[in-house]
Amino acid sequence: MVEERGTSERLLISRILAGEREVFHELIRPYERGSFILAYSILRNHEDAEEAVQQAMLNIFSRLAQLEDVDKFKQWAMRVIENEAKMYRRKRRQNLYESMDASDGESAEAKAFRPRQFADWRELPSDIVEQAEVRNAIWKALGELPDIYREVFVLRDMQHLDVAETAQVLGIRQSAVKTRLHRARLMMRESLTPMFAKPKPSIWERWKGMNPWLAAKR
Amino acid sequence: MVSCKTVIANLTNYLDGDVAPEMRHKIEKHLHRCHRCTAVYDSTRKMLVITGDERIFEIPAGFSERLHAFLDATISRT
Repeated sequence: MVEERGTSERLLISRILAGEREVFHELIRPYERGSFILAYSILRNHEDAEEAVQQAMLNIFSRLAQLEDVDKFKQWAMRVIENEAKMYRRKRRQNLYESMDASDGESAEAKAFRPRQFADWRELPSDIVEQAEVRNAIWKALGELPDIYREVFVLRDMQHLDVAETAQVLGIRQSAVKTRLHRARLMMRESLTPMFAKPKPSIWERWKGMNPWLAAKR
Repeated sequence: MVSCKTVIANLTNYLDGDVAPEMRHKIEKHLHRCHRCTAVYDSTRKMLVITGDERIFEIPAGFSERLHAFLDATISRT
C-alpha cells in the first residue's frame, strides 16, 4: 500500500510541477486530517489551526519544486505544517513561552521518568472516544506535555507514522524519537490514569472479599 | 529476572515489538509476577488504543471545503 501511495504521489507531483495546478487538491487530500491534528496539537485552537494549515498548504504548493525526494512528500509536508503552526504560536506568544518549553523539555529528557500511578485501568468500550469528556481529557493531557514529547506522540501514536518517518519530519535521530516517545507515553498515561482507573472497592467490599463465608455466598 | 526499572525503561520498545527475543521473554516473565508493572503496561496499551483512534478528534465541519476554496483562490494567483 505504501508503495502504491508512493507511485501515485510521484505522478501527482510531476503533473503539478508540469503545470496542472488543480491536481494539488488531490495530492493533499489524504493529509488534511493529519495536518489539522498536528497543527491543533501545537496551537490548541481550531481557528488558528485551520489558518496555519491553509497557509502551510500554500507553502507546500509554492515550494513543491524544492522537494528533493518525492518519496518523502508526506514527511516533508508534515514538517512544513509543524513549522507553520509553531510560527503562528510564536506570533501569539511573543517568543516567551516557547523558549521556556524547549529548555524544560531538553533537560527533563535526560532524567528517567518514574511512574507514580499504579492503579489498574478499567476495560474501556470502543465508543469511549466519542465522549466529550474523554476527548477533552486527552487533549488536556497532550497540552501539558512539553513540545518535544507532544510532537513525537502526535506523529507516532495519533497519526501512526513510523519511527523513521517521525525522525524525518522532526529532523532528529531515530533514537531520539524512541526516547521521547517513551517518556511521552508514560506522562500521558500518568495524567490519564485518574480518569480511567478502576473504581476502588469500598471498605465493606474489601472486607467481604476477605471473609471466606461471605465470599462463598456471592 | 529483570528489575521493574528495566521493564519500565523498555516498555515502549516492548509495546512496539522492538526488543530482542531474550529481553521480551524476560519482560514477560516479570510482568507475569509483578502487578505494578502489569498495571503500567496494561494501562499504557489501553491509552494507545484510545489516542490512536481516529474518532478521538473531530475535524471542524467545513474544514476541508474551506481549505480547498482557499487554495483555489490563492493557487490560481501565484
